Amino acid sequence: MMLPSVDALAAQVPDGALVAMPPDNSLPSVALAKALIRKGARNLRLLGVPVSGFATDILVGAGCVAEIETSAVSLGEAGFAPRFTAALKAGSVVVRDATCPAIHSMLQAAEKGIPFMPLRGIIGSDILANRPDWKVIPNPFAPAAEGQDGQYGADPIVLLPAKQPDFAVFHAALADSEGNVWLGRRRECATIAHASKAALVTVERVVDGNFLEDERMAPGAISATYITATAIAERGARPAALLDEYGFDQAYVSDYARAAKTEDGFRAWLDREVFGTAQKVAAE
Amino acid sequence: MSPSVSGLDTAIAPEERIAAALARLILDPDAPPARHIAVGAASPIPAAACWLVKLMGHPVRLSLLHKRSGNPFTEGTRELFDLTGQGRIDLFFLGGGQIDGQANLNLVGTGEWPGRAVRFPGSFGSAFMYFMTPRTILFREEHSPRVLVEKVDNISAPGVSPPGVFRRGTAQALVTGKCVFRFHPDRARFSLESLHPGETVDSVRDATGFDFDATGDIPATPDPTEAEHALLRGPVKAEMVETYPDFCARVWGSDAAAA
Repeated sequence: MMLPSVDALAAQVPDGALVAMPPDNSLPSVALAKALIRKGARNLRLLGVPVSGFATDILVGAGCVAEIETSAVSLGEAGFAPRFTAALKAGSVVVRDATCPAIHSMLQAAEKGIPFMPLRGIIGSDILANRPDWKVIPNPFAPAAEGQDGQYGADPIVLLPAKQPDFAVFHAALADSEGNVWLGRRRECATIAHASKAALVTVERVVDGNFLEDERMAPGAISATYITATAIAERGARPAALLDEYGFDQAYVSDYARAAKTEDGFRAWLDREVFGTAQKVAAE
Repeated sequence: MSPSVSGLDTAIAPEERIAAALARLILDPDAPPARHIAVGAASPIPAAACWLVKLMGHPVRLSLLHKRSGNPFTEGTRELFDLTGQGRIDLFFLGGGQIDGQANLNLVGTGEWPGRAVRFPGSFGSAFMYFMTPRTILFREEHSPRVLVEKVDNISAPGVSPPGVFRRGTAQALVTGKCVFRFHPDRARFSLESLHPGETVDSVRDATGFDFDATGDIPATPDPTEAEHALLRGPVKAEMVETYPDFCARVWGSDAAAA
């Protein structure tokens, strides 16, 4: 389903939804994050796949977010994410820390329709100590009579529950006439789309044809089976990069990081960059 | 620190010395072989060390996770972890907001979980990579009692594991702006291996929150050889400049950024 605007796409997301998003190096839809702020979204639960960046920080700062599950929140070279850090300190968001492959694995379990996925490592980390929803069992396939009986029995392994987001939200380079989208090798976005109940995707442009009929395009495509709705948002990943089409806008993110150090600075930035843009678009 | 203004400048920048020290650790004949190294966000200095090893002619595959163009993987960000899970990444670099004397890493934050005093970005893949890579080189340029602590406030990834817990390896060494420590997993303790210029055992003790072993005369961290130095300033810089323009300009002069 092609919607007329990114704001129409944002209107699909009810308050309280579990929204999975890739970070700044992996095609976030910053355009859709800004539209969620304009619509006044509340109590969103964000899943960073596997970490979180700029889009998460602005959504948190704008008061749209109740919970975050992620493996890190960072603005990269521009440093710590200021609004996320402030909200964590104030206790206004619940933060559930994970580790990158755990988030991938929980989505892969959902992708396969199975209840859990095992993952090595993690045992002895305080991440595990703070995740009552993660379990440790003895590897049922371990050779018998190993004689090693540690705290968790022989060959303990962590089990992670399947995680099915309500929405996958990301940006793609292209959509085709059939509603397939193309984003090259950023296959984590495919995993998010496969695992989620719905996927909302902003795209740079729409082209004629069917990517699935084209051997060169098909490996970088996500089938329309998984895509609930798309809308055109030119430069929709900005300030994040889009493949080889445009680069990361370091100056924009550094300017944001400075402004968002304070609540007032962040509000002024929002007025200019999120609400101001909307007024300008509406006036055109 | 001391950018060269001409090719004749032979002063060795601290970053170059650390990169050469890391390269020697990568090539340590007593450690498991490093055929495939992944370099994450940790720092450009480990990346320089890896390029140095490769450009010295050693057969090694480098997967640089933060290249601005291109990407070593075709299956998304999970491919790094899948490769590592199988044991196909031999060496990884990790750092930490806090690192303690048992090589526990804290990337989450200080104070109560999940970092209510000072929040760091988060654990990233450390809780997996530290277990599943045959060896990890810990790198943190800042060497101070706030970073190198007796006991981390929160454990993102533990330095050692109890018997029975599957683990391929742990820290090989910890390299800082002041020294090189070796890690001994059998006794979960660091020992001082070499001192960077200007440092003494006492100055390192003063700057370190954890206790460590220091026996006999501790040697100086060697300077890069002439050949290593030439590689760092030429081909290594050329490989690094796209991803780390600011670092290259700082260490190798402003002409580096334009290279």
